Amino acid sequence: MSEDGKLKRPEQRISRRQILAECLRGAGVLVMGGALGSLVTRGHADNTVWQIDPSKCVQCGKCATDCVLNPSAVKCVHQYRVCGYCELCFGYFVDQRANDEERAENQRCPTNAIRRTFVEDPYFQYDIDELKCIGCGICVKGCKTFGNGSLVLQVRHDRCLNCNECNIAQNCPANAFVRVPAQTPYLLRTEQEEGPGAKQ
Amino acid sequence: MGVALAAENFPPPEFTTGYQFPKATEPGPRDASLSLVDAAVLLTALSLAAYFALRRRSRRELAILSVFCLLYLGFYRHGCVCAVGSFQNVALAVADPGYVLPVVVGAFFVLPLLFALFFGRVFCSAVCPLGQAQEVVLLRAVKVPRWVDQALGVLPFLYLGVAVLYAALGSAFVVCRYDPFVLFFRLGGNLEMLIFGVAVLLLATVVGRPYCRFLCPYGALLRLIAPFARWRVRTTPTECVNCHLCADACPYGAIQPPNVTDARIGRLEGRSRLAWLVAAFPLILAAGGFLGWQSAPVLAKLDPTISLANRVWLEEHGRVKGKTEASEAFATQGTPSADLYREAAKIRKRFDGGSLLLGVWVGLVIVLRMISLSVRRRREAYQVDPGACVACGRCFSACPVGRSVIAEAEGASISALTPGEEGR
Ligand code: SF4
Ligand code: SF4
Ligand code: SF4
Ligand code: SF4
Ligand code: SF4
Repeated sequence: MSEDGKLKRPEQRISRRQILAECLRGAGVLVMGGALGSLVTRGHADNTVWQIDPSKCVQCGKCATDCVLNPSAVKCVHQYRVCGYCELCFGYFVDQRANDEERAENQRCPTNAIRRTFVEDPYFQYDIDELKCIGCGICVKGCKTFGNGSLVLQVRHDRCLNCNECNIAQNCPANAFVRVPAQTPYLLRTEQEEGPGAKQ
Repeated sequence: MGVALAAENFPPPEFTTGYQFPKATEPGPRDASLSLVDAAVLLTALSLAAYFALRRRSRRELAILSVFCLLYLGFYRHGCVCAVGSFQNVALAVADPGYVLPVVVGAFFVLPLLFALFFGRVFCSAVCPLGQAQEVVLLRAVKVPRWVDQALGVLPFLYLGVAVLYAALGSAFVVCRYDPFVLFFRLGGNLEMLIFGVAVLLLATVVGRPYCRFLCPYGALLRLIAPFARWRVRTTPTECVNCHLCADACPYGAIQPPNVTDARIGRLEGRSRLAWLVAAFPLILAAGGFLGWQSAPVLAKLDPTISLANRVWLEEHGRVKGKTEASEAFATQGTPSADLYREAAKIRKRFDGGSLLLGVWVGLVIVLRMISLSVRRRREAYQVDPGACVACGRCFSACPVGRSVIAEAEGASISALTPGEEGR
């Protein structure tokens, strides 16, 4: 900062530029704020989370392997009201096994995650131990093919990271992953659960 | 609707012992108010970064903040949602009225840009977990030749265009899919991600922040905005003595040497090139649009619905044998293929328009880059390029003038905050 003459002119130029820049900044703040405000407030709808549409899922097994979490955030969920409480459960036993043989090799589940408890003759209740379930869908396939389809794969939201782009969704061959409102984050057949079973 | 039909197989029994059906548990997602904590952390971190970089001029404080942000936004929050990918949600929300932009995603998108408008790229400086991951592995930066830097510097803008296209059409969030570090943050991911992530990290040991400079689409937005910043990083708090030490210290090629000597020749030369470029401007845009429109079929192939429809069509017409996993799944679902074709045709039409716009964007990026290369700016001293500077703070202590000033007035950092253009 030595000679005055040299500095004066550039400084005036700067101030003009500064005013322009100030206007641009003001416009930028307004545009960004306005656009964002209108997007965020639009509709007052809910945030979304990922969920599996059970009617689309074909139990390919990728849910167990493709989640960014290990074990997967996807677990088998039992819809008790849909279940037939079969003694010979197709989700529980591998094909053509006697119903009284509960040994591990007779069970479909590779991790022994399905527990069965006697209810009354000849009915059993089946429960999923989510700590053991890896979301492979093998039991779901058995139940859907021969039984009631009461076992479904669902993203468990206490585990799911709700990735911006769900890693399983990218690889799901059935396009079964959908974004659902966070208020109703499960696609279980709750109406039917209240329906026929509730009558008795 | 295989499931609904199957439900009729065995009706639930009438229990005689008064057995009650248990209810399936439905654990809810993370509380929405917690995501506001994330937004608050972001806001605080941005403010601190601006304060540390511009007022305190302290690389050490920036480093402490960046470690915190790497741990919180990266490892604790698993790198999601991050600002880098947030523009995709914004693009989808603009294009699809059915998708609602979550407030926290909106905050992650807009806050770093707002801060860039006032303080430059302070988000990159110490907040962005991707940037910090590269920053911490940098061992010794080799100088990237200026022309390579300039040429590769176009890539983020192209990537931005492509990612906006796919996000707006609801096909994919490309940036999330090819995020280099999210796999480390989550300690899990697929092999492609691992290879890409390791490659970027290895490169980042010798080339300063390769993802930031040559790929990051959000960085492209920041780069556009940062030159309008109200306050910005200055290498020296007072007068530059042209010692070149700051330019040596900057691993990101963000400091340009003075060019007063060759300015006149450069100007003249640039002027004729500039005239040509301006004349060719509409032509290049039109050509870009045309090429983009032409490449719509190729671009559309990456959309899952369209690729499935193509496959099913080929199978139905006996052009290919066998089934892919996806077409197999489609057959199992029992939807008529006509529905699929209709859906695919709808998406395809939107791809035509989108690809045309993408082509225009690519043309625009290239022309503007060439124009900016032709315009010579007069620099009498070493100058920070505000678009390229990520405010890492390395040059502060490298400057001998800065050091002596600090030594003179310990603590009272003078004119670190200098309004507007500097040294011009
Ligand atoms: S990836 Fe898709 S089809 Fe496969 S099991 Fe999961 S939801 Fe079902
Ligand atoms: S078979 Fe697979 S999906 Fe079913 S309970 Fe076992 S681990 Fe879970
Ligand atoms: S959103 Fe992420 S954590 Fe959740 S199921 Fe998908 S990949 Fe797993
Ligand atoms: S350029 Fe992109 S990746 Fe790098 S620090 Fe900035 S926002 Fe993060
Ligand atoms: S603060 Fe900016 S100019 Fe200085 S070394 Fe870091 S990136 Fe380069």
